Amino acid sequence: MEIKKGIAVSPGISIGKCFVIDAEDYRIPRRLIEPSQRLTETQRVRNAFKDGIEELTRLQAEQEEIEGQKIKDIFAVHLSYLRDRTLRKKITDMVNTELVTAEFAVSSTLRDIASHFTKVKDIYISERAADIYDIEHRLLGHLVGGKRQDIAALKEEAIIVARELSPTQTASFNKEYIKGIATGAGGRTSHTAIVARSLGIPAVVALEDITEYVTAGDTVIIDGNRGIVIVNPDDSTIEQYLEYAVEYTELEHRLDTIREKPAETRDKVRVILLGNIEFPDEAQGVLQKGGEGIGLYRTEFLYLNRNTEPTEQEHYEAYSRTVAVFKSMPVILRTVDLGADKYTQSRRYIREPNPFLGLRSIRFCLQNLTMFKTQLHAIMRASVLGDLRIMFPLITNLQELMQAKMILGDVMEDLDEEGVPHNRNIKVGIMVETPSAALTASMLARDADFFSIGTNDLTQYTLAVDRGNELVSTLYSSVDPAVLRLIRTVIQDAHKAQVDVSVCGEMASEPESVMLLLGLGVRKLSMAAPMIPEIKQIIRSVTIEECNKVARKVLGMNSERQISSFLRDAARKILPEAF
Amino acid sequence: MRPAMQFVDIASKFQALITVSKAETSVDGKSIMQMSMLAATYGTRLKIKAEGVDAAEAVEALRELVEVKKFNEPTPEEKSKQMS
Repeated sequence: MEIKKGIAVSPGISIGKCFVIDAEDYRIPRRLIEPSQRLTETQRVRNAFKDGIEELTRLQAEQEEIEGQKIKDIFAVHLSYLRDRTLRKKITDMVNTELVTAEFAVSSTLRDIASHFTKVKDIYISERAADIYDIEHRLLGHLVGGKRQDIAALKEEAIIVARELSPTQTASFNKEYIKGIATGAGGRTSHTAIVARSLGIPAVVALEDITEYVTAGDTVIIDGNRGIVIVNPDDSTIEQYLEYAVEYTELEHRLDTIREKPAETRDKVRVILLGNIEFPDEAQGVLQKGGEGIGLYRTEFLYLNRNTEPTEQEHYEAYSRTVAVFKSMPVILRTVDLGADKYTQSRRYIREPNPFLGLRSIRFCLQNLTMFKTQLHAIMRASVLGDLRIMFPLITNLQELMQAKMILGDVMEDLDEEGVPHNRNIKVGIMVETPSAALTASMLARDADFFSIGTNDLTQYTLAVDRGNELVSTLYSSVDPAVLRLIRTVIQDAHKAQVDVSVCGEMASEPESVMLLLGLGVRKLSMAAPMIPEIKQIIRSVTIEECNKVARKVLGMNSERQISSFLRDAARKILPEAF
Repeated sequence: MRPAMQFVDIASKFQALITVSKAETSVDGKSIMQMSMLAATYGTRLKIKAEGVDAAEAVEALRELVEVKKFNEPTPEEKSKQMS
């Protein structure tokens, strides 16, 4: 039995057999297989060699005109290694005799060869070690890539244990069979966390070297409430957790009974709770949990789990399906937020040194007008079906907003010419998720119908902390005094300009932050559907006067630690079961 | 690694079993992994042995690559001459 502590990012308890995914750019742990798996594992090795040869042959052909001899030579050397039967045999022999996974056999065999080279005195030869690492990386990429496809085809319930999951992987999840997620990397607002929450799958992240402690098929307990993962638990632990799981389900059901009641404080101040969704089929879940519309409709999924760019009709169909569920309730659709950790088909292989500061989100759209216009065209066509609103992500200055609105204007003109009905008065707002947008909120307010504070990116950019990096995850906090000051500015400026303001980042679904946000003047919160009942329960248990007091106190504090422990105490008094 | 690749490419054209030895170590002449791990730098004495129907042709082709064409690369002496 091995107990690992990480960060709880999606509540719930699950117990099941695990499915492990190693990462090609992370050390591959020695993992054993059953003798009966020999055939499958050696076949995986052969497939990886075959796929590697195909890929290299293709790359070599593409390289023909552009680069020159040098790169072609490198590919030729790599190819020649992949065609070396004695190398392949060495690896499959290792799988057969030592009973290790294909990943481990590939990694350790090639690393042995590489270290042999580094020991040679001759510089020309010792430098060749880099080639061997490249080959290792390529083979692992194919092995792990194949594993990723296997998640999509999962036929039985499993708990996914991985170094990190990419948006492309989670987009192809078969939700029915995935019962829990544990990752070594990540933080509360990393992609995996957000997806797990919106699908209602228990998840724990930032477990560091978790992948080294598990073997495929091990029994694993995920405690998404306390951030604990237990590998190969003993019988009494399993029993204890089964009981705990039942208790937790009962609490959830109790919370569900408040679905029909309004999200209203004890002193009758009405708060609106909206859902964050990514897929049209999550829409129904938002209504079931008592959501009154969509505050953040992410549209990247259309690009992620496929090999071609989506057509205008495909955009339209997804949007109209979602809008239809909500009838006259608002649906705030965020235009594509690609770049950084999410890539489109054509750009998937172009790497930027600083992707989060690079060509992402609205910047990417403004440089790819055909793609942007295709989406806007579909949104506008769907705009007559309900209360659809448009939100531009990652705005950093007024110019970007004006430019995006101008393009929207062009699209409307096109629609006029085509005689296609659309809502000319569609509401257009922005995500406030960069310090620059927060600081210039009063200027942006003149040209935006609404603001939605994206606390995840706002925190990341304000504190200069990568939200997916577990090494600095302790520095990442939305209740840091610096972030709170920016949030307060945005809310005050929005109120002055009479612009609607809501919070759609993870902060809105953190029970301990709710009183603070209400105290700062927020009356609209958007979150993953499974969190709505719990947040509503908190709202119904407090008065605005109490919330204002909390906010005043917090704004007077000067350390993150002091603020978060104060907020936790305040929330614990209101909803003790959740903590 | 280009010389090893050229060697393997030529060796692989023949049916004969080709063994290359450096001092006590013998490796398969058709395997780039084994050939490059031999770490035969310029000036290393190698023994090439071939067994099979086209053994003679194989040895001749490989001898030509190593001794005559010198892997189509400048030797260290030639390289330093170019530099000066």
